[in-house]
Amino acid sequence: MFISELSLVNFKNINQAEFSFSPSVNCFLGNNGQGKTNLLDAIYYLSYTKSFFNSIDSQNVNFNENFFVIQGKIEENDSIFDLYCGMKKAEKKVFRKNKKVYKKLADHIGVFPVVMITPYDINLILEGSDTRRKFLDGLISQFNKQYLADLLSYNKLLKQRNAMLKDMRFQKSYDLLEVYEASMDEKARLIHKVRKDFIEEFTPLFNQFYRDISSNLEHVDLLYDTDLNDHTLSELFQLNRSKDEKLGYTSAGIHREDLVFSIEGNPIKKFGSQGQQKTYLIALKLAKYEFIRQQKKVSPVLLLDDIFDKLDDNRVGYILDLISLNKVGQCFITDTSTTKVPSVLSDFNVSFNQFEIISGTVKS
Amino acid sequence: MDFKSKLLNDAVEQMSILPGIGKRTALRLVLHLLDQKNEDVIKFSNAFIKLKEHLNFCEECFHITENIKCDICSNSSRNEEVVCVVQDIRDLLAIETTEQFYGRYHVLGGIISPMEGIGPNDLNIKALEDRLKTNKIKELILALPATMEGDTTNFYLFRKLQDYNIKFTMISRGIGIGNQLEYIDEITLGKSLLDRTEYKSNYQH
Ligand SMILES: [Zn+2]
Repeated sequence: MFISELSLVNFKNINQAEFSFSPSVNCFLGNNGQGKTNLLDAIYYLSYTKSFFNSIDSQNVNFNENFFVIQGKIEENDSIFDLYCGMKKAEKKVFRKNKKVYKKLADHIGVFPVVMITPYDINLILEGSDTRRKFLDGLISQFNKQYLADLLSYNKLLKQRNAMLKDMRFQKSYDLLEVYEASMDEKARLIHKVRKDFIEEFTPLFNQFYRDISSNLEHVDLLYDTDLNDHTLSELFQLNRSKDEKLGYTSAGIHREDLVFSIEGNPIKKFGSQGQQKTYLIALKLAKYEFIRQQKKVSPVLLLDDIFDKLDDNRVGYILDLISLNKVGQCFITDTSTTKVPSVLSDFNVSFNQFEIISGTVKS
Repeated sequence: MDFKSKLLNDAVEQMSILPGIGKRTALRLVLHLLDQKNEDVIKFSNAFIKLKEHLNFCEECFHITENIKCDICSNSSRNEEVVCVVQDIRDLLAIETTEQFYGRYHVLGGIISPMEGIGPNDLNIKALEDRLKTNKIKELILALPATMEGDTTNFYLFRKLQDYNIKFTMISRGIGIGNQLEYIDEITLGKSLLDRTEYKSNYQH
């Protein structure tokens, strides 16, 4: 699957731009702050219906304007479809496939799969469990719609349970509290099973990529941190009830689970070198890429943000091998130098389109 | 906003109490009233005073009535063994227009949502239980919205009232049955009442 055309109006610093892309490699080249990464983000928008970097849609509208439009033409074998994302300030975002408006944005997830590799991936290691759950949920949702629906229901029920815990008027209303708990327990069983099965299937893939990229033999792992292997959520609610009442929120459940990134049995955040952390993240993203490819039987679009500057030659070489051996589909590369990436790609005998980006405008 | 007149300020203030009416719209409506003939404005305001003075909620089902009991509850040809539980009077009226239902109603006055500060005690649930104690009711039809809040309220009612010897049913939630009954066309709504199924909680482990 690849994006053959992209047109933008008032998206971030890009007032107006139109592109025709190669189905293989495309490079956005230019100095920092010119808009290269915004172009990757526009493609990301067409996949996830939101920005990778800023989840507040209105803040992605060009500073001087009050709306943006992103349009793309997606091709897959013989079929072609158009995607449209329009956002007018103070109005609801509109997302269309072939002129048909999605009633629920969630219905679009997985239709046009994209994987982004960016220096910001380091947040997966540095930030709280929330960031890792988003990674996990975002990936599973690509091919399991029921999972996403269950997760949304669980989160709604959680909000209601928390509202009860915060409100004095609902103190000791255990008959109602148990209604929420029984409903959450049912959703948690389903979500837990999917997460567990997914991680079992995903981890070997991830380990393989790590081994392939890293020249060392260190052992890395990806563990599912959950209390639901040994207890049902209803049991946990019982155990934590007085604690939850004091806290005013729900201290255990699906919404507190985590992925533990480890190296030699220790958390990589503390015990991994910078190089090991970078390798870990690339392996994680490439495993995501491969997992989606296997599940959906299409190659996602790969977005490589600024990796040539930030990665050493070994890791870059590994990715270039994947590209030159046609193991990935369409890919987009950003870089600050107008000559470096083109010359490296030529060395690898990879053909490509290049676009020079200067203050939000394009020179082909 | 200050309109340089206490009378105008007060009128705008009162008008903007209405749901969905902001200060700007309130001012437009108040100025419109000011342009009308005296007798018309008196007629207008009397309609609301009379409404409030003479219209009550039925002591049985909480539908509106000018008496103690509503027309439906005092109509002996309507089956008192079957009671349809609805969120509000708008939904009751929607079901009435289908002309497919010959039982009685119980208006809850909302659905449970702690986030909005609405718990079971804020709704007419106790009164429903009192009605069940009379042993006249054989079936409760749950006709609440198809939302998480509606589901929760159904489940709560079922758990609370399941020890009474009654059948719990739900209106069928086929394609096209949205959240608000009043927006469903009569034929679909009538059919979903006739096709009602036994209520089954998903959560019985
Ligand atoms: Zn009545």
